[in-house]
Amino acid sequence: MSALLEVRGLCVAYGKVEAVHQAALRVEEGRIVTVIGPNGAGKTTLLAALMGMLPARGSVSYAGKDIARIEPEQRVSRGLCLVPERRELFAAMTVEDNLVLGAFHRYRKSDPTIGADFKQVYQLFPRLQERRRQLAGTLSGGERQMLALGRALMSRPRLLMLDEPSLGLAPLIVRDIFRVIGGLRESGVSILLVEQNARAALQVADYGYVLETGEIAVEGPSADLVSDPRVIESYLGLVSGGAG
Amino acid sequence: MNSEIALFLIQDGLTNGAIYALLALALVLVFAVTRVIFIPQGEFVAYGALTLASLQLGKLPGTAWLLLAAGMAVAIVESVQALRFGAVRRIPAVIFTYIIIPGSLFCLAWWAAPQKPALTLQVLLALLLVVPLGPMVYRLAYQPLANASVLVLLIISVAVHFAMTGLGLVFFGAEGSRTPAFSDAHWKLGVLTISGQSLWVIGTSLALIVALLLFFEHTIYGKALRATAINRVGARLVGVSPAMAGKLSFTLAALIGALSGVLIAPITTIYYDSGFLVGLKGFVGAIVGGLVSYPIAAAGALLVGLLEAYASFWASAYKEVIVFTLIIPVLVWRSLTTHHIEEDEE
Repeated sequence: MSALLEVRGLCVAYGKVEAVHQAALRVEEGRIVTVIGPNGAGKTTLLAALMGMLPARGSVSYAGKDIARIEPEQRVSRGLCLVPERRELFAAMTVEDNLVLGAFHRYRKSDPTIGADFKQVYQLFPRLQERRRQLAGTLSGGERQMLALGRALMSRPRLLMLDEPSLGLAPLIVRDIFRVIGGLRESGVSILLVEQNARAALQVADYGYVLETGEIAVEGPSADLVSDPRVIESYLGLVSGGAG
Repeated sequence: MNSEIALFLIQDGLTNGAIYALLALALVLVFAVTRVIFIPQGEFVAYGALTLASLQLGKLPGTAWLLLAAGMAVAIVESVQALRFGAVRRIPAVIFTYIIIPGSLFCLAWWAAPQKPALTLQVLLALLLVVPLGPMVYRLAYQPLANASVLVLLIISVAVHFAMTGLGLVFFGAEGSRTPAFSDAHWKLGVLTISGQSLWVIGTSLALIVALLLFFEHTIYGKALRATAINRVGARLVGVSPAMAGKLSFTLAALIGALSGVLIAPITTIYYDSGFLVGLKGFVGAIVGGLVSYPIAAAGALLVGLLEAYASFWASAYKEVIVFTLIIPVLVWRSLTTHHIEEDEE
């Protein structure tokens, strides 16, 4: 299978402090790849750099083309989409307008299939349809995450990057969100998932990377990682695992 | 003061207030989307009025030359950027947008001006010459520093204001101009005489406000502008580029400015530097709305218009002083009543 995203030697620095050092990773078409690691390891920085929101060095090739120097807006219209940790919704606009804006680049191309995607998103998250006239800022935490996911799906992504989708959500909603993520793979979307909830992430993912202080420390198929003693000790053990 | 004068002053105040309201809305829009305090708004008013005045004299307005030069400058900047990023394919589109279109508008003005077409066509031509300057100014002056602080952007605004005022003097000279009214009609309404021109001003302003409302509520680009104002990062993530939003908001501001200029040109004599004071009064209105609220900004601007009308009757020497003093109680009131709102939505 060919790699949809291939990253080599990626370095991201805030001033003189390097947050990500020489990272290399691959996402194959139709797969879920997860990046786990402790707080402050550089996971969010990595995703922001892949989206073009932060300046970075190194090579990033997507669908066979080098995208290291293009703007985030152009990456969106090529099918790259990031759901950030802070969701970044349009709080003072309605749920429906948030979804409409998710498809902004498709409206510019007068894509006729937008309406069908609306239906699909509402089917996936019936709660959003109930609240479509409500302002996004009035939603609960779980509903906001649904809206952030829904907005991302409206852009019809080929590679969806999710930053801590389970952060701050009740266990029941986390289960729902991960079910949706698993379902997206069936519909052909490739996913790069960043999580602190390593257990849940490795359960849904095909392949995993462990990021520690800005460097990839361990990588391998999820099944191998789950039984790797280092990973178990640091991320799946009873003390730090099982939360949230 | 008898009721006749009072009513006359109200009419006068509402007419000017409608213009200030338009300008206040444009200022709020530009600030919300780009964080730029758009001081050169007034220059677009003067350019609109004086371009129309030149056309009525059958002369080619100086703004046509400016459009040509600004278009050329943007084309060079964009082409250099395209070459640097290896996006050579973008260059033909750049040349079309910034050289061919301004060039055609220049030729159109050059051909049409001596023939003195009908007033409507003159107004349309004046708008076509002035409005494209808005996005060009954004591209040249603001976009390279779009992420700078509000203060830096304000300093750029001051510089752009002085540059445009200076160019206005070069193009239009130091004499003022006044254009004939759109309508000479007058209606008697009891003791009050309503002039056709005030109805034009108020009617056009209302129509434009409704059009803006529809644009923001129902079009994808209007929603994109609102989204950028609410959450810049979120807007980028759905593919709304800040440069596109900036150019679009400056286009709207330039349109509002130039149209305001066209509307007031028959009411007062406009000089190359008159725009600044007009724009500043719109700014007072925008401040009443805290530079965030469209309806309060519009109401504040109407208040400014009324205050100005009454001030010029009672104490005409202190007219401007009274109008601008309004800002002090407004700021005191705002600082007492506005509680700090967290920008974070979480």
